[in-house]
Amino acid sequence: MAKITYIEHDGKSHTIEVANGLSVMEGAVQNNIPGIDADCGGSMACATCHVYVKEEWFNKLPKKEDGEDDMLDMAFEPKKNSRLSCQLMVTDQIEGLVVNLPEKQV
Amino acid sequence: MIKTDALIIGAGPTGLFTAHQLKLIGLSCEIVDNLDKIGGQCIELYPDKPIYDIPAIPECTGEELTNNLIKQLKPFNIKFHLSERVEEVKKNNENWHVKTNKGTEFSTPNIIIAGGVGSFEPRKFSPKECEKFENKSIFYAIKDKSIFKGKTVSIFGGGDSALDWAIELSNDSKVNLVHRRDEFRGAQATVDKMNELVKINKINLLTKYQLKSVSSKDNLESIEIEHDNKEIKNLKTDYVLGFFGLIMQLGPIANWGLNIDKKTISVDTEKFETNQKGIYAVGDICTYPGKLKLILSGFHEGALAARACFKLARPNEKYRFEFTTSSKSIKDRLGVKE
Repeated sequence: MAKITYIEHDGKSHTIEVANGLSVMEGAVQNNIPGIDADCGGSMACATCHVYVKEEWFNKLPKKEDGEDDMLDMAFEPKKNSRLSCQLMVTDQIEGLVVNLPEKQV
Repeated sequence: MIKTDALIIGAGPTGLFTAHQLKLIGLSCEIVDNLDKIGGQCIELYPDKPIYDIPAIPECTGEELTNNLIKQLKPFNIKFHLSERVEEVKKNNENWHVKTNKGTEFSTPNIIIAGGVGSFEPRKFSPKECEKFENKSIFYAIKDKSIFKGKTVSIFGGGDSALDWAIELSNDSKVNLVHRRDEFRGAQATVDKMNELVKINKINLLTKYQLKSVSSKDNLESIEIEHDNKEIKNLKTDYVLGFFGLIMQLGPIANWGLNIDKKTISVDTEKFETNQKGIYAVGDICTYPGKLKLILSGFHEGALAARACFKLARPNEKYRFEFTTSSKSIKDRLGVKE
């Protein structure tokens, strides 16, 4: 279980508890947090669960696997701290994670 | 005006199998898809990724699944309308009147939406002012490459499309290739070829840059690109090309008076009919209690929607359930010799 904060593009913040084993994307979708589309359902086949990870967190998370950066090439306004939230698995270690949502996904 | 018993929107696995089910029970159908090829997400998003949960097929890729579905449809001569998007759906007496963006018109009692997450559209540049130049000096696909001859072309992207066009256009144009990171997802041979052209100054490669703004009076004159470290560079350019892959957008489906929630369409689980009589939704785009976004669910949904179509297409006949193993008429339709 970890507390995760999702900050919408307009600054609106949602902090929720997400169970271990779910992805950061699933945490948002199951709690109706707007701004994460997840069109492909978490199979890393689209780039519509794109988030910006706060700098202090970016290096603490497991590194991107093959293919994630390829998908991020297709995201809306990718940045250095971009991740696909379907690839971020929730564990106790990410308690307090803060992600910012882009202006839009598609 | 094309008359058909059913019109399928979407040529992904669900649309293809639904066509099979319609033809099996003796109905005619045609398929429209916005992509230029058959296969939907299977072919566009994961042609090489293995799928492990298609019943009786232990493992197959998106491309193999598509090819097998096309093979299964071979006995039937099905007309595909590719690179066309359905724009308008209107009720005309008992039938639906359907119109595509290319002007093709259909009259049909049944529309089956097997549209996945919507139609694939190119991912566009984010600065708003880019819209003004779209299809004039900013392109997301190339129809006529001769317009670039002797001009400066700035190409954005890191996949095969961006690399192939950078290589091709470097023959007769001054090419800037701009990508957001150092790695390219294109085929290694293509990346190598591009790097050779960079070495001999045929391609000006700029990595870790993204488009920041375009400046113009009437015509596009130059663009600003921004580095990861915020440094801004001005590039004089005549044309800008963006190859960021395709994204899925619900598009005109949203305007047909259907119950839509979070990009999915509510249906019943008997006919997979929407709130509009004669319009069905199957596959990833439909939703109902317990819905699973699996390809196998799409096959089931298509089979039931096809039977529902029979009622409206043949109001004076009674549908009789038959097995492919034993039915003479089904075997005739399949062209199977006893």
